[in-house]
Amino acid sequence: MTAAEQLRARARYRRLGIQAVLVIVTALAVWGAVTNAQYNLTRLNMTSGFAFLDRGTGWNYSFSLVERSINDPYSYTLFIGLLNTLFVGFICIITTTIFGFLIGTLRDARHPALNFAASVYVQIFRNIPLILQAIFLYAILIHLGGPRQAVSFGDVAFLSGRGVMLPGLNVTPTVAVAILLASLGLGIGLILARTTLWRGLAIWFGGSVAMALFAALVLRPEGEGILSIPVLQGLRFSGGISVPIELFALITSITLYGSAYVAEIVRGGLAQVPRGLVEAGQALGLSRVSIWSRIKVPMALRSIIPPLGNQWIFMMKATTIGIAIGFSDLFYITVNAISQSGQTLELILLLMLTFLAINYSIAIFTNWLNARLKLKEH
Amino acid sequence: MAVAEIIPPSRFEALGKLFMKRGFGSPVSVAISVLVFAVLGWIAWSFLDWAVFRAVWRKENVENCGHGGACWAVIDARHRLILFGTYPFDQHWRSTLAALAIVVTVVLSCVPAMWAARRLAVLWIAGFASYYLLMEGSLLGLQQVTTDGWGGLSLTLFLFAAVVLLGMPMGLGLALMRRSQMPVVKWFAVIIIDTIRSLPLVTTLFTAAIVVPLFLPSWLDGDKIWRVIFGFALFFACYQAEVFRGGFQAIPRGQFEAGKALGLGYWSILGRIVLPQVFRHALPSTINMVVVTFKETAIVTIIGFFDILASGKTAFGTADWAPYYIEVYLCVAAIYWVFIFSLGQYGEYLKGRMALAER
Repeated sequence: MTAAEQLRARARYRRLGIQAVLVIVTALAVWGAVTNAQYNLTRLNMTSGFAFLDRGTGWNYSFSLVERSINDPYSYTLFIGLLNTLFVGFICIITTTIFGFLIGTLRDARHPALNFAASVYVQIFRNIPLILQAIFLYAILIHLGGPRQAVSFGDVAFLSGRGVMLPGLNVTPTVAVAILLASLGLGIGLILARTTLWRGLAIWFGGSVAMALFAALVLRPEGEGILSIPVLQGLRFSGGISVPIELFALITSITLYGSAYVAEIVRGGLAQVPRGLVEAGQALGLSRVSIWSRIKVPMALRSIIPPLGNQWIFMMKATTIGIAIGFSDLFYITVNAISQSGQTLELILLLMLTFLAINYSIAIFTNWLNARLKLKEH
Repeated sequence: MAVAEIIPPSRFEALGKLFMKRGFGSPVSVAISVLVFAVLGWIAWSFLDWAVFRAVWRKENVENCGHGGACWAVIDARHRLILFGTYPFDQHWRSTLAALAIVVTVVLSCVPAMWAARRLAVLWIAGFASYYLLMEGSLLGLQQVTTDGWGGLSLTLFLFAAVVLLGMPMGLGLALMRRSQMPVVKWFAVIIIDTIRSLPLVTTLFTAAIVVPLFLPSWLDGDKIWRVIFGFALFFACYQAEVFRGGFQAIPRGQFEAGKALGLGYWSILGRIVLPQVFRHALPSTINMVVVTFKETAIVTIIGFFDILASGKTAFGTADWAPYYIEVYLCVAAIYWVFIFSLGQYGEYLKGRMALAER
């Protein structure tokens, strides 16, 4: 064996050795943790396993999109928590993306006043912790007073310390969910059909509104209008859609904070579009709006989508601050379930697996979006 | 023929001209400018009117509060609680010095003369150690104050410094493991990094505070605050590892090969050739991570630590001060904002400077 071969063999053995040590140490740590957990659990007289999921919870929480009672089993309660997290997360993703694009475009605008206003917004909301913004906003909102002192917006929408009352379609929640799902399906169908951006948006918007109106027209209760408008009756509002104050505060604060971040992402993307392309558009006599929508945004999207996807994942994770203002998201429900049932390990495991699943789905979606938008070279 | 002297317009003048041209060049721009500046001016004026002109500043004048102006008397009366939490009142000078030690550490790390791994390490360890010695006290012969007594802004700064100090080497370790050619080592790092990054920070911290003790024998349990700091540092490390990975990717393969050709070993190549460049490339993103970490420390209030957010809540927790929660929250927000904004601006400045150097 030559000297070089000997050296190579030694290096190989060393690598094998290091990996073996890592495996053994990890295995020992896991084994130690498991034995300790078993010991600690028997000491605390706790049984492990997922049997508790079928037991009734016996406690209440602030918000649910679907029917619930305090006798629901743990599995169903956790499912409601997941629904709430997804609900808030998706709403925030949509609002934040729209606001972020708007403000990011203003940040990129040539007009100094618009530019300045957008910069002020970004610098204020990006540099204060989200949880502080949420708690602050929540504190302001709950001090607004009861429905009698509600702030009225044209007598159709009201903001009070109890919640936000919005006019809505006169349908049951089930029908509303069905309409939302149908709208979502239409959107996915349009993406798969590869329509152009603006036409797709127009069809989606028009189709969704038509569906909603049709559903409301057919399924409304006998003798009532299509729209249900909140009216103050005595000490409370009746009719309309009632948005609990926790939900409103959470969505608003995540949107304000997140759109400052998205605005910076969008600005960065727009700034990277080569000047020549914009000038080519000007030379062709395109209007400012056309240059923005047909040249700048499509080109910028390629550098915007990857960080935007990270931001979407961040939004989903940010819903967990709901616990600080009493919104029953998945984390809130899990923490309550832990303190009530004591099944710490099982519940934390479920929570982690759920978040892994949600975030991987978003990551897969962004990768797909990115691949689809990639510059196609001939 | 005399050559007419052409003076280039000053930068300020040029900016002014551009401003006039873009902001007031056409009727539409004039309308937009007037509208936007009017709205902004109105907001700024109402805020100033409330926060300055009609405000009550001293706690002696608290009976004047509640007449349409801010009541900064609450800050005057309760600022010690906000800044130091429940730390013993007569020992507040220690908390002040300790917090200053952290601030000085951060400021000094921004000076380019300090940008060497060893100097930074010494600086941060020294800053952190002086904080700990001052706050804990028993080693300096002062009255001992355990970590449950720490609070307010001092605690926030402590968490921040501890997380960065502990997380930075962990992040570097994870980044190196992730680049390793040994499959077991690499996948170990990949799994840890990807898992922690997909979990919300509060879940990680909650696990560290509540769940981990179940897995540990009682002699390893330690203080809750240290478990949380470790969990937080792991979170920081996983993101920082990705930042370092970006830095590694910016270095051409040839540099490693050149090192190998010279007969240098793995650690020499790393320490003398690669890492100095990685640090430089990763600097702007690292500062960004540090800023994010400072912001995220606010999360610990959820798992029951008495950080500045929690101490602020306590500050208006009594019946007398309850109406002035807005003033307290604004004050806490302003403290966060000053720290985060200045660090962020510094990061932007560095990014610009480095972009210039790359050209």
